[in-house]
Amino acid sequence: MVKFLKRFYLSLIFIFLYAPILVLIIYSFNESKSRGHWGGFTLKWYGELFRDRDIIKALYYTFLVALLSSIISTVIGTFSAIGIHNMGHFGKKLALNINYLPVLNPDIVTGIALMTLFISLRMQLGFLTMLLSHIMFNIPYVILSVLPKLKQMNKHTTEAALDLGATPSYAFRKVVIPEIMPGVITGALIAFTLSIDDFVISFFNTGPGVTNLSIHVFSMARKGVKPSINALTTLMLLTVVILLLLINKRTTKGDELIP
Amino acid sequence: MKNRAKFLAYPYLVWMAIFIVIPLFLVLFYSLTKGNIHDPSSLSFSLESYARVFEVNYLKVIWKSFKLAFISTLFCFVLGYPVALIISTVKAKYKSILLMFFLVPIWMNFLLRTYAWMSILSPNGFINRLLSFLGLPTLSIMPGQTAVVLGMIYNFLPFMVLPIYTVLSKIDRSVIEAAMDLGANKIRTFFNVIFPLTVPGIISGITMVFMPAVSTFVISRLLGGNKELLIGNLIEQQFTVQRDWHFGSALSIILMIMILISMAVMSKFESDNDNGGAPTW
Amino acid sequence: MSKKIIELNNVTKRYNDVTAVDNINLYIRENEFITLLGPSGCGKTTTLRMIGGFEEPDEGDILFDGVRINDVPPYKRNINTVFQRYALFTHLNVYENIAFGLRIKKVPKDEMDRRIKRMLKLVELEGFETRHVDSLSGGQQQRVAIARALVNEPKVLLLDEPLGALDLKLRKEMQIELMNMQKNVGITFIYVTHDQEEALTMSDTVVVMNKGIIQQVGTPVDIYNEPENRFVADFIGESNIIEGIMHEDYLVEFSGRKFKCLDKGFQQNEPVDVVIRPEDIDITEPDKGLIQGVVTSVVFKGVHYEMMVEGGGFEYMIQSTDMQPVGVNVGLTFEPEDIHVMKRGS
Ligand SMILES: Nc1ncnc2c1ncn2[C@@H]1O[C@H](COP(=O)(O)OP(=O)(O)OP(=O)(O)O)[C@@H](O)[C@H]1O
Ligand SMILES: [Mg+2]
Repeated sequence: MVKFLKRFYLSLIFIFLYAPILVLIIYSFNESKSRGHWGGFTLKWYGELFRDRDIIKALYYTFLVALLSSIISTVIGTFSAIGIHNMGHFGKKLALNINYLPVLNPDIVTGIALMTLFISLRMQLGFLTMLLSHIMFNIPYVILSVLPKLKQMNKHTTEAALDLGATPSYAFRKVVIPEIMPGVITGALIAFTLSIDDFVISFFNTGPGVTNLSIHVFSMARKGVKPSINALTTLMLLTVVILLLLINKRTTKGDELIP
Repeated sequence: MKNRAKFLAYPYLVWMAIFIVIPLFLVLFYSLTKGNIHDPSSLSFSLESYARVFEVNYLKVIWKSFKLAFISTLFCFVLGYPVALIISTVKAKYKSILLMFFLVPIWMNFLLRTYAWMSILSPNGFINRLLSFLGLPTLSIMPGQTAVVLGMIYNFLPFMVLPIYTVLSKIDRSVIEAAMDLGANKIRTFFNVIFPLTVPGIISGITMVFMPAVSTFVISRLLGGNKELLIGNLIEQQFTVQRDWHFGSALSIILMIMILISMAVMSKFESDNDNGGAPTW
Repeated sequence: MSKKIIELNNVTKRYNDVTAVDNINLYIRENEFITLLGPSGCGKTTTLRMIGGFEEPDEGDILFDGVRINDVPPYKRNINTVFQRYALFTHLNVYENIAFGLRIKKVPKDEMDRRIKRMLKLVELEGFETRHVDSLSGGQQQRVAIARALVNEPKVLLLDEPLGALDLKLRKEMQIELMNMQKNVGITFIYVTHDQEEALTMSDTVVVMNKGIIQQVGTPVDIYNEPENRFVADFIGESNIIEGIMHEDYLVEFSGRKFKCLDKGFQQNEPVDVVIRPEDIDITEPDKGLIQGVVTSVVFKGVHYEMMVEGGGFEYMIQSTDMQPVGVNVGLTFEPEDIHVMKRGS
């Protein structure tokens, strides 16, 4: 009985989570443009999606920004984490608190604050400002995932390496980096996902001609129905499921998927 | 080694000053001034913007933002806690697959998710088509507050479930057995042991839902139309349409302060709960 | 003798393809201090968990006061448990941890206060009421766990390796404390350990288990002096276990000669295992010994020396204060009552 209730409840929640997406998937194969009736099976919206220069451009910028910003913020974040880890008590606390601000602040505040900065600096809003803003909100997450690994690391391992004749840079490459690697990878993944998914901060810090996927969907959604978005949603779902299955296979521990 | 390594942080300290601290001070600065933002010499100190925030129209918007965010958070908690509980009790081999399917929607683009919800709720969307097909009267929840709340719950539910699930899965099984051993039945065990132990997860779940809900402008814009302005929409408009940075900054500062207060109340609640005193029996 | 409070009849428990407990029969008397002893993974915890109600047997019955309780949930059993890793409630302080069971039974406030005071006194934690359990030492946490269970005045207390995490000194102290507590409160203790010394010092009855099967049940003295098979002899203390032949009642042959002994009831010329405890063997001049041999190693063990003597086709272990250097020829003697003959088992 209890078991049945549990299953029933969980099914309801999953229906709630997936129904909207499934409806979109069905629409994406609908010949008729109206949501109202089924006009027969078609793949034309997928064709339209790939011919839509704006969407392709938005996708290009989304991935370019995500890739660049996650690489840059992972590098800066990792070195900064090592630096912060070695700072004195007071400085460390201060640095960590400031680092935490973008995580705690609502995105909209971070977004408009950066925008006022860029405009005050007379910078033209566009690709560069968007990239900078992504790097800015990614770094704190990288630092927050690298720091715990540094804390776990035995203080004396580096000393042991130095004692065995390693130069500081050799010890860093062969001892420190491998130990904190899991944290660095987690940080990079978080940065990449956050960047791909971002809307609010990009919205305020991009300029004419440069949009990402979220911004593009937002402007399309405001204008009303556009069946190629349905096709896009279907493809996104497919990509996410495939990626998750791959990751799941590799880790086999579901818990590690939690971003 | 130790002393030299700390220099690695210095570039980032400068970076943080430029990209985190100065922007926030700029917002504070604009909120306390009036004049033409493009002409620094025209700016002068003024509390006008803050005074405007307290006009009835705007207070109503702020009130509505907190109300809707509160309702959504409450629903996420009520709906999400059992989900976390159930997932934590299923067999290990189903656990990861369940968790994965729970995560798929949040890995999808946030805008696409909201758009999907739109196509279900809109006046000639899926639900209404279904209702009229069945000969039932149609609903008009979108645009409207109900649609906004539903959208928030839909988007943020996983953020409530995950932290609670994480805490639940870390509870030592023998603690639960100890409670049963001491005479607590399942319901008692839940309320006197499991629930108190998950409070930290609940707190972070509430924060992770309430914060984006109270400051959103996307969900309210797409599902609430032009009717249901929230504080996020007000801020957005000041920076994109009205070009009134002063008022927009004042709204942002107020939003930050109110969120800070909410979080302080929450963490006080958490530490009260954690003082090891008598439980609520 | 007092009555049986718990009985296990033909109880079996399987996990997938592992048989954790294999058709065991056991009864426990009121006010007894009984210990389940055996190597890791032999099914001690499983047995205890079935008595506590956390697992249901696949086969067989568990009786409490003569009533079948197989499917009675833990919270309806008059049994409490001290868990292997304490399992204290970290969100409650010491007082509230101990009060947990009493609050459920709706014990009046003043009586509750009194009982908790008494418990804290018993476990020597007076003044610790408002301490957070995380801030206690291992031994203190252990005592809170004991108080939390005992305060409910259960008829039976289950203890699963309660001293496993403590250091040797504290362990010894707590052993004595636990024994005294059991005498004072008059509750049946079912105690689990894999430490044979602990089992022998503390218990009235020892149950030796291996691979889910009960090997022997008896008083510590019985178990030590008259192990029923090779496993028990080997697991309990150090032994010389020699293969021999039982010629007739009271006459056994091993190490190439015949010895008088006190054992009987074997078939004629039955192959048997013979046990002689290392401390029962004395060293003499070679020609005065029953067996002659040469010392092959000597280790000082604090109180005595442990010597290995090779002779009679066997390497005998001897514990003695009389040290003989390596290479010396010696004789070994022992009395008929030091020889213990067991059936040759599997
Ligand atoms: N929940 C379970 N699922 C599967 N197998 C189990 C489970 N619990 C115990 N077992 C198996 O049952 C056997 C007996 O386990 P049990 O915990 O009773 O041993 P034990 O005597 O208490 O050992 P230890 O001294 O190490 O605590 C072991 O082989 C163990 O692996
Ligand atoms: Mg065990």
